[in-house]
Amino acid sequence: MTELPGETTRKLGLVIDLDTCVGCHACVISCKGWNTENYGAPLSDQDAYGEEPTGTFLNRVHSYEVQPDIGPAQLIHFPKSCLHCEDAPCVTVCPTGASYKRVEDGIVLVNETDCIGCGLCAWACPYGAREMDGAEKVMKKCTLCVDRIYNENLPEEDREPACVRTCPAGARYFGDFADPESNVSRLTRERGGIELMPEQGTRPVNRYLPPRAKDRMAETQTPQLESVGADLPGFLGWLDRALDRL
Amino acid sequence: MNPAASVIAFTSLSGLGFGLLFWLGLGFPAVTGWVAFVFFALAYLLSVGGLLASTFHLGHPERAFKAFTQWKTSWLSREAWTSVATLLVMAAFGAGLVFAGIALAPIGWLGAALSLLTVFTTSMIYSQLRTVPRWHQPLTPVLFLSLSLSGGALLAGMTSVAPWLLVVAGVIQCLHWWRGDQALASSGTTLATATGLGEIGTVRSFEPPHTGGNYLTREMIYVVGRKHARKLRVIALLLMVFLPAVLLLLPFSHALAALAVISHLTGVITSRWLFFAEAEHVVGLYYGKRT
Repeated sequence: MTELPGETTRKLGLVIDLDTCVGCHACVISCKGWNTENYGAPLSDQDAYGEEPTGTFLNRVHSYEVQPDIGPAQLIHFPKSCLHCEDAPCVTVCPTGASYKRVEDGIVLVNETDCIGCGLCAWACPYGAREMDGAEKVMKKCTLCVDRIYNENLPEEDREPACVRTCPAGARYFGDFADPESNVSRLTRERGGIELMPEQGTRPVNRYLPPRAKDRMAETQTPQLESVGADLPGFLGWLDRALDRL
Repeated sequence: MNPAASVIAFTSLSGLGFGLLFWLGLGFPAVTGWVAFVFFALAYLLSVGGLLASTFHLGHPERAFKAFTQWKTSWLSREAWTSVATLLVMAAFGAGLVFAGIALAPIGWLGAALSLLTVFTTSMIYSQLRTVPRWHQPLTPVLFLSLSLSGGALLAGMTSVAPWLLVVAGVIQCLHWWRGDQALASSGTTLATATGLGEIGTVRSFEPPHTGGNYLTREMIYVVGRKHARKLRVIALLLMVFLPAVLLLLPFSHALAALAVISHLTGVITSRWLFFAEAEHVVGLYYGKRT
């Protein structure tokens, strides 16, 4: 049923460090690579080599410019995927029960054999975390790599979401937010992890670590170069005066 | 939001059809036999036609029956139940009128109540969405209900009340536009809250995730239609309310009544197109497509 569980035993989710992310899109590619050939329908592309290529992605990286009152603008890369909300509006709107939130770990999933492709869950999500696949016509979303994290056929270090495993900058963390001493809970506490669109009332599980305060450039600028005077001696002086006369 | 033809057809036609069923259920007009058959056939063509159109919007229409399962939480599922219940109850009432010439009044009243409930559940599919501030207002169900009631009265040939119901619907439509125009700004959702970066300074979208479009930009970030929004609002009001009301106040003729119905339906479709095309989904903020 699409009733949300009152409380989940664990709250698995991601912490994304906006201070560290370099915007390389490796998480986007590894996500597509893993999820197109594992859980559920593949993530299709349409017109991949044509005029207007488009495709299904479960994770996308935006880039924002933030202009503080004083000092230079900052460029912040912003990876965005499902936030596995505690009050997930995408789950309750689903007419068929295809969308659900797991009681054991809080992961929001789609049972693709029940999905009628009405798209209402994507309308209900404020974050744009759900995309209807253009070929399969079912709703696709981040599964938190549910087929990796419990997969005993994989080496232990690979039992985390593909995006976290691949991030070359170490900007992504995976863990249990229900455990106050987990890596993600401590990072959120220590770095003031932020919740996206809190006014939407979705209570997202994933948190974003804001960029640390930047160093300020010294007030004194690089000293101006001495201006070249007219009293230059020798050949250069003659050349300067000759060019002036032209 | 993308104004998909199937969804516009669905909400416009089924709204009218269930509006007509409401009045028929109350016994207006009090018809029996063949005349009743024609009225009921029209109501069923509109309501069932609309419901069928809505299934064209689905990626997997063959699984549509699964939409009956989640009535506890989903307005879409509730709509499936109320629409089928209405059609069944009104079929019993209509059969009494057409074949036996008797009005089973309590069944008619039940059918009328269910008709309104169906239109209400349709409107709640949109009104429940906090992500689309223009829809997320109490006036959305009021608008859908008033249009359904007035359009139904028009189809039922109730020339005495229909013009006044149309005027009421027109006023509610204007209020809905007026409130809707301020809805995104007053929702409190901005690019600053969407990114959580507002504490640092003014946030601007520097670069989208990709150079092309995607499902989200096609489905939820529709910008084409806003250019003529103001003109279309005037056209919608003229066709939906003004012209049919005037035609109904003239001495009755079937030709004028048909013209009034066609004008009203065209106006409702225009209004419904704007309902989608003007609606801004907050995900547009992430793509720098909204202020």
